[in-house]
Amino acid sequence: MPTWAQFVLLSAAKSVVVIIILLTAVAYAVWLERKVVGRMQNRWGPTRVGPFGLLQPLADGIKFILKEDIIPTNVYKPLYIAAPMISVALALMSIAVVPFGEQLRFGSFSTPAQITDVNVALLVLLGVTSVAVYGVALAGWSSNSKYSLLGSLRASAQMVSYEASLGLSLIGVLLLSGSLSLREIVNGQSGTYFGFLPRWNFFPQFIAFFVYLTAAFAETNRIPFDLPEAETELVAGYHTEYSSMKFAMFFMAEYTNMFTVACVGTLLFFGGWHGPALTFLPMVVQSFVPLFWFAFKIFLFLFLYIWIRGTLPRFRYDQLMAFGWKVLLPIALANIVLTSLYIGLTTP
Amino acid sequence: MQTFAAQFANAHDLMVVMPMVMLTLFACGVLIIDLLLPAGDKRWNAATAALGLLFAGGSLWRVQATLAHQGMLGVSAFNGSVVMDPMAIFFCWLFLIATGITILISVRYMEIEQEDHGEYYALMLFSVVGMMCMASGKDIVLLFIGLELMAISTYVLVGFLRRDKRSNEAALKYLLLGAFSSGIFAYGLSLMYGLSGTTDVTLIGRRLAGLPESSHPILMLAVVTTLAGLFFKIAAVPFHQWAPDAYEGAPTAITGFMSVAGKAAAWALLLRIFAFALRYEQTIWMPMVIAVAVMTLTGGNLAAMTQNNLKRLLAYSSIAHVGYMLLGLVAWNETGIKGILVYLLVYTFMNLGAFAVIVSLRRRDLIGDEIDDIAGLWFKRPVEALLMVIFLLSLGGIPPLAGFYGKYFIFLSLIETGHYVLASLAVFYIAVSLYYYLRIINAMLMRPALDAEPIQPAFGLRLALWVTALATVGIGLFPEIFIRAAAWTMTAPRAVTQAFLR
Amino acid sequence: MMHTVLFIIFAVVCVAAAINLLAQRHPINSALSLIVVMGSLALLYLLLGAEFVAAVQIIIYAGAIMVLFVFTIMLLNAGEEELSKSSRVAIVFGVPAVAVIVAALAYILSRGAGTAALGDFIGGPKEIGRLLFRDFLLPFEVTSVLILIAIMGAVVLARREER
Repeated sequence: MPTWAQFVLLSAAKSVVVIIILLTAVAYAVWLERKVVGRMQNRWGPTRVGPFGLLQPLADGIKFILKEDIIPTNVYKPLYIAAPMISVALALMSIAVVPFGEQLRFGSFSTPAQITDVNVALLVLLGVTSVAVYGVALAGWSSNSKYSLLGSLRASAQMVSYEASLGLSLIGVLLLSGSLSLREIVNGQSGTYFGFLPRWNFFPQFIAFFVYLTAAFAETNRIPFDLPEAETELVAGYHTEYSSMKFAMFFMAEYTNMFTVACVGTLLFFGGWHGPALTFLPMVVQSFVPLFWFAFKIFLFLFLYIWIRGTLPRFRYDQLMAFGWKVLLPIALANIVLTSLYIGLTTP
Repeated sequence: MQTFAAQFANAHDLMVVMPMVMLTLFACGVLIIDLLLPAGDKRWNAATAALGLLFAGGSLWRVQATLAHQGMLGVSAFNGSVVMDPMAIFFCWLFLIATGITILISVRYMEIEQEDHGEYYALMLFSVVGMMCMASGKDIVLLFIGLELMAISTYVLVGFLRRDKRSNEAALKYLLLGAFSSGIFAYGLSLMYGLSGTTDVTLIGRRLAGLPESSHPILMLAVVTTLAGLFFKIAAVPFHQWAPDAYEGAPTAITGFMSVAGKAAAWALLLRIFAFALRYEQTIWMPMVIAVAVMTLTGGNLAAMTQNNLKRLLAYSSIAHVGYMLLGLVAWNETGIKGILVYLLVYTFMNLGAFAVIVSLRRRDLIGDEIDDIAGLWFKRPVEALLMVIFLLSLGGIPPLAGFYGKYFIFLSLIETGHYVLASLAVFYIAVSLYYYLRIINAMLMRPALDAEPIQPAFGLRLALWVTALATVGIGLFPEIFIRAAAWTMTAPRAVTQAFLR
Repeated sequence: MMHTVLFIIFAVVCVAAAINLLAQRHPINSALSLIVVMGSLALLYLLLGAEFVAAVQIIIYAGAIMVLFVFTIMLLNAGEEELSKSSRVAIVFGVPAVAVIVAALAYILSRGAGTAALGDFIGGPKEIGRLLFRDFLLPFEVTSVLILIAIMGAVVLARREER
């Protein structure tokens, strides 16, 4: 088999595995959210389908597929149909450059735990996120409905505004690690500060992390930044006119984006797959320990998401914009200046 | 620490670009001071901007003194992306003088227009930064960015009168055509970079000369597109359509600024590219330059004859002046280039003076840019009318005035190089141009005024008028003194000719 | 081989999208075609080995500038473009003129092909950073002034009336 065919096959196989795992995780993230928010609000959450409602995602999926797919009369059809696809495709695309661990070994065969290792991975991620706006924007515009249009205008403005802060918050980390490759950024975080504190970028870059977290919430349209789909004002925002699987695709895209954001946060600020070595485990399981740590950190991120959803109210729109441009952006810039000053003064 | 920073820039580099740094700092200063000033008391903005010009002039003087002291022909900095040679310094002085006069003209005018915002002066200073980059850039990247900096500031300045539809329309037209021509220009530059593999204009010139025969078609394409972009920027026919509209719609002070400083900057860019990058490609560009020069002379002069709007008329006349300067390029010898530089210098004074007189016609209830509005100026304010006569005759090239010397060197260079036909054509068009200049003079001196409203030019405007008039008359009466006083500046054309002409 | 095939694919997509941009009557379709053009250009850069430039092309053009275009079209609710008499004239004279220019350019570029060299350009972020902060430091800094006045100009022109 020629090398390029090998390459294509391997990549395809990896993509399929990653996408299946990711979509399952997305389904169970929804379950987790309903369960946790339910408990926070003194309810049970889903309980009927399966033990602890564990089969609820499956039931939801079947329901979405079987529902009638309504296309309203006055929509601009090509874009109306393309918009959810764009959303989901871009959301899935960004996971391609995320590394989950070091080498995976199956006997003599080994391959990096990542679909593709690009040396400007972080930029690719930013690029894909920045293009993801189109799904939302086109969905709202093509629906030919005022709620959709308002929702998508809000969403695009919000995503474009917070993207600036998001990008700038990453620069501090880049300055410290000196690379755009996610793998190298993670490897730069192995070891400890002062012998006990993990060498995570979170500690020197906690300001950047705060900015990143806030901007990431806004990018994924989560509470307290969920104005694009504010039910009380806009029915359901940009996906008001969507039903059945098309609606589900937006839903999937949103949760996939949450995962991506959690992955990037973990990789950039919390040492990725690095964690205490669990030496007491058998050798076979050992090679999966990094994967476990990675998944665990992502779980914590998701829990934080849900926690905040259960706690905070929604911003008003002008507050949102003012916060993005007048608070977050200057903080991110100040962080860059401070970090580069530190590096400039300590580098011989 | 020291070595780390020194890799990037050092005190020497900073000294060379200090004029630009000063202007940038003061422009930002104007923006901040503007916030602190109460509405209706915005004159401190103009004062700050003028102070910025003084500081820039001081640092420019330091560069010049260093050059003279060390007897160098030029000093480059930032890894050779910028060079302060006599030509660059000459143009920088020109920009500073033109901007200073424009600020004097603007203060009262913008108050009447009720648009006396700080951004106006800040944008003017920023555009001078761009112009300085165009004059001193030795790297096509810097040249292009300087060009864009100047152009974008000017687009905004042209549209500064937001309540005036003409101003908005002019800005939009200028922006669209300007962006288009910048694109063509950048395409030409990118081809040159592709052919030579470098962005340094000197190296480009050398490497283009050594290209194999097979890549000559691409070279041709590169030269043609670059030239088209340059011709647009100096408003030569047939790339001139933006000029009359932009000149007419812009605030009058900005029209003067564009026609003088903007044009000089475009010429600085053009000379830099011709003298360095296209030094050995004469066979390609010479026919184009001759054709464009003839068209520009014809188009500008003939169109100017039919205009009734003063600003439009001066716009076409300024196109015609570009035609004369292009003739200096056709001659392509020391006298020719000296002619272009002298022309730009005297044109700065006489054209700004003419625009200052037009500005003085502006009242709260009158735009004052039609020929009818200037009628009877002699009976209202004889002094201003007399000065206007001086400026117009100088623009026409009547001997005892400064404008004569610009044309004199151009004609001399044409005769030196044997272009007798072009020379006689140019003389013919001087006669044509006198017709439309005399039309204005006729209206001022012979026709009665349309209304009896007295004209009260502000102090700044009168100062600007006297400065430009004195320069116009002074240069005309005492050219030897002027040339001797500018002896050092005159090494500019000599430096160009010695180093860059074959 | 692989490279040539990919190049041809993306080049064709790029040109087709560019033609589509002109042919479409609805501004949003034109804007989307332009995004496709930008995307395929980025992929062409990638094929040349300029990863950084490719990523930046996507982030800036597709992700920032074109979003504003689409945003504006949505806000203005711009409808289909109507053909006027002069636009028909423009088509009648413009299309042949474009054909002539394209033919001339293709002829010129094909005759000179192979002689143009890209130089020893390596498209990594480190190399570009070095170029920007050492060789092109001054133009880079002047660009920041350029961006400042572009922002300021937009604010000046869009400023609300105070009176």
